[in-house]
Amino acid sequence: MPQPITSTNDFVVKFANVNGSGSASANLLFARSILRMGAPVATRNIFPSNIQGLPTWYEVRVSAAGHLGRRGGVDLMVAMNPQTWAQDVTSIDPGGYLFYDSTKPMPPSKFRDDITVIGMPLTEICNQAYSDPRQRQLFKNIIYVGALASLLGIDVAAVEQLIGEQYKGKEKLFAPNRDALHLGHDYAAKHLKPIGLRVARAEAVGDRIFIDGNSASALGAVYGGATVAAWYPITPSTSMAEAFQRYCRRFRVDPVTQKNRYAIIQGEDELASIGIVIGAAWNGARAFTCTSGPGISLMQEFLGLAYFAEIPAVVFDVQRAGPSTGMPTRTQQADILAAAYASHGDTKHLLLFPEDPHECFEFGALAFDLADRLQTPVFVMLDLDIGMNEWLTRPFHWDDKRQLDRGKVMTAADLDAGKEFGRYLDVDGDGIPYRTYPGTHPNKGAFFTRGTSRDRYAKYTEDGAAYVDNMQRLLRKFETAKKLVPAAVCTPAKQPTKVGVIYFGSTSAAMHEALAALEDQALHLDALRVRGFPFGPEVSEFIAAHEQVFVVEQNRDAQLRTLLLVEGGIDPAKLVPVLHYDGTPITERFITGAISALLRAAKPLREVAS
Amino acid sequence: MTYLAKPKLHHPALPKNELGFTRRDYEGAVSTLCAGCGHDSISAAIVQACFELALPPHRIAKLSGIGCSSKTPTYFLGVSHGFNSVHGRMPSVLTGANLANRDLIYLGVSGDGDSASIGLGQFAHVLRRGVNMVYIVENNGVYGLTKGQFSATSDKGSKSKRGVQNLDAPIDLVGMALQLGATFVARSFSGDKEQLVPVIMAALRHHGAAFIDVISPCVAFNNHLGSTKSFDYVREHNDAVNRLDVIEGRAEITAEYAPGTLENVVQHDGSVLRLRKIHADYDAHDRLGAMAYLQERQAAGEIVTGLLYVDPEAHDLHDHIETVETPLNALGEAELIPGSAALQKLNASLR
Repeated sequence: MPQPITSTNDFVVKFANVNGSGSASANLLFARSILRMGAPVATRNIFPSNIQGLPTWYEVRVSAAGHLGRRGGVDLMVAMNPQTWAQDVTSIDPGGYLFYDSTKPMPPSKFRDDITVIGMPLTEICNQAYSDPRQRQLFKNIIYVGALASLLGIDVAAVEQLIGEQYKGKEKLFAPNRDALHLGHDYAAKHLKPIGLRVARAEAVGDRIFIDGNSASALGAVYGGATVAAWYPITPSTSMAEAFQRYCRRFRVDPVTQKNRYAIIQGEDELASIGIVIGAAWNGARAFTCTSGPGISLMQEFLGLAYFAEIPAVVFDVQRAGPSTGMPTRTQQADILAAAYASHGDTKHLLLFPEDPHECFEFGALAFDLADRLQTPVFVMLDLDIGMNEWLTRPFHWDDKRQLDRGKVMTAADLDAGKEFGRYLDVDGDGIPYRTYPGTHPNKGAFFTRGTSRDRYAKYTEDGAAYVDNMQRLLRKFETAKKLVPAAVCTPAKQPTKVGVIYFGSTSAAMHEALAALEDQALHLDALRVRGFPFGPEVSEFIAAHEQVFVVEQNRDAQLRTLLLVEGGIDPAKLVPVLHYDGTPITERFITGAISALLRAAKPLREVAS
Repeated sequence: MTYLAKPKLHHPALPKNELGFTRRDYEGAVSTLCAGCGHDSISAAIVQACFELALPPHRIAKLSGIGCSSKTPTYFLGVSHGFNSVHGRMPSVLTGANLANRDLIYLGVSGDGDSASIGLGQFAHVLRRGVNMVYIVENNGVYGLTKGQFSATSDKGSKSKRGVQNLDAPIDLVGMALQLGATFVARSFSGDKEQLVPVIMAALRHHGAAFIDVISPCVAFNNHLGSTKSFDYVREHNDAVNRLDVIEGRAEITAEYAPGTLENVVQHDGSVLRLRKIHADYDAHDRLGAMAYLQERQAAGEIVTGLLYVDPEAHDLHDHIETVETPLNALGEAELIPGSAALQKLNASLR
């Protein structure tokens, strides 16, 4: 048998559970208790399209160095699901550990001889302690959290404190949870030997917070001044709409009248949802919808109308894998092109690529300013990995002096003062015209909104020259957008290099770790994180400054690469795709492996010689 | 249609309403529809209704989908904001607009292709949500702009201009509106201005989802023998259950009416709908009765018109979701942004 793995604050624990068994909150408690010990964690849910009964997994990566990407591999498997037993046992790294419910004896053939097996009769303990079947199930989860705390050296007081915060003011719920925790902890302390994996107190978490990207986006929408939300249930974006509802109940109820300063409509479909958003935005409210790939497909016609009619609409796209049920509960970055060029006619849209929940909040709020300023749809491109997993992320910040940028809106006073109003008139040379909200003035500033077929004063025309004139102005507006979307962020290599890498969104965490690992192999890459589309000049400058640029994406067709080629007029040979698209979040191991292999293949002589 | 611009000079003796506006102030651009199109009569009725109610034109938002009917908002209320949206999707755009500013009057204009085919889903859902609006379908049973295909409201057995018989069962938008919970449901005929104008006025005064199905013959493609949406057919089969007057405040009843033939309905805003009953036993507050009566008459080949159902105490979407009285588009930073202190507190709860 290989030496059992020993590691402090640097290992992966994977929980194999049955969907709907109440394990999610127990597993989250486990992760948060490690954070309370001061050690960074990265957690990921792998869940089925199912309500109850199918397998679900939860990975907790403890990383003293603060790596937040998915690592891959398993050091400790908490195998609570008989359905997936064989696959779960197989997935443990040699020298790793298996924790399981040993109530029912299992033949030795079900185990491996290169891992350490830790059996604990969880069912038996529960059956003795509880008579209610529901309690037996729920507290079994808390009992294993207690046992793991003992095995790994997590301070049980920290866990108890978390339970206390969770059930603040609900003593009836707190007491039995606390008791179950200690039941598990005490049993493990008495009967089980400590293992090689340890959680030690550290100071590596700092002031960071632990939150999922969908909640952070919803909070961004609240701070961005959104008042109208329309949505249709779809995994993985539903929890954003729910979070918006939650935060609005908390922050947006008039304290005197108890009336709501928001309107949330569950549409009959995605078409209605985006239609409601467009109607509200046309009428001067900040509005958004949240959806995923299929919703983006359905919204295409409306998105074109919003582009041509120049209506600020904000869309949060929490990306997932393609059609069907099943894989759509897995992550991908596969809607880039569908969003960038959504709809018929010549259209281009603004995209924002948050890397973590902190940026989901930032970009979530910013999206509304950009949409109003540029009078156009703005997409915030999350993915399931950021959207539905809790991430350790920088705390949210808000400057109380910040004002909402409502863009160019002509008021009744402006109109009375004799300012010339032409809805599609480029008065400032930036391609952005003025608009009026309906109902502004008794006899000035009204206009008829259409997709196309009108002149600079919104008067109906089918004249081709007027169409071209308008399309050219829309291009000027898109140029203006380049200065307003968040610029790409460059991380230079430790020494000058002709090799670069471009990445975006949730790939960030794994990419940073991969850059360090590549550096260790003496492979130096300058890295550029793209944060928005249209790309600013810094993106083409970066590409121009390198001989070879890898583009790391979580889709099959290298969609960001295509966008870079098309919009930047770049030689395709220069941009080398590195693609990960099996539905699991991209890992450092994958990126390092792929890039180092490509680099070695490109310069075999020197590498082989060394 | 005409290519001549409308004269800008008004006759000095044109009557003015309470706001000092003449009827001309409610007009729009010159219509580009076919001469004699029923839709133009509906536009004229909308102009008349808004004039008579003395509505400030700029406080009305007019929204439409795509099609002949959806072109008409250009031809009335020229100083109102208008929105020619996407085929069949006017209801969602109107819903959003209404959510943003509850203080404007929303007029949705659609056609039978727009509402009964591609937009049937949105038609249904906007009514069941109770959006405060007037939703007019200019119903001609045919696709005009694409040259004469049957629409989903064409009656089974109705003949197209080329003599082809429609074999599909028709969608009855009025029956659906009743079933879906619209709180004001009427049907009228573009050729009957006396009936249509007061119906539109009453709908404009209604707080809630008001739906009006207006049979509006298409002179180009659906006004021939064998069509059930022709001027002649509708005139011959029009079964009006009542006539309506809209009175601002309680006016005295001066004319003599037979007992049981007159009913005053006081709406939410105090306006009075005076129903002159033609069918003494037709009850415009009985949703189920209305549905049964409509089905029965439809089976007999009749077209029931009039104010078919009204709930004067109706609630709208804003009532349901309890939004603040101030329009959402008028809320500023102070009302919308929780601020940094709240965010710090939230941060603390996430550690």
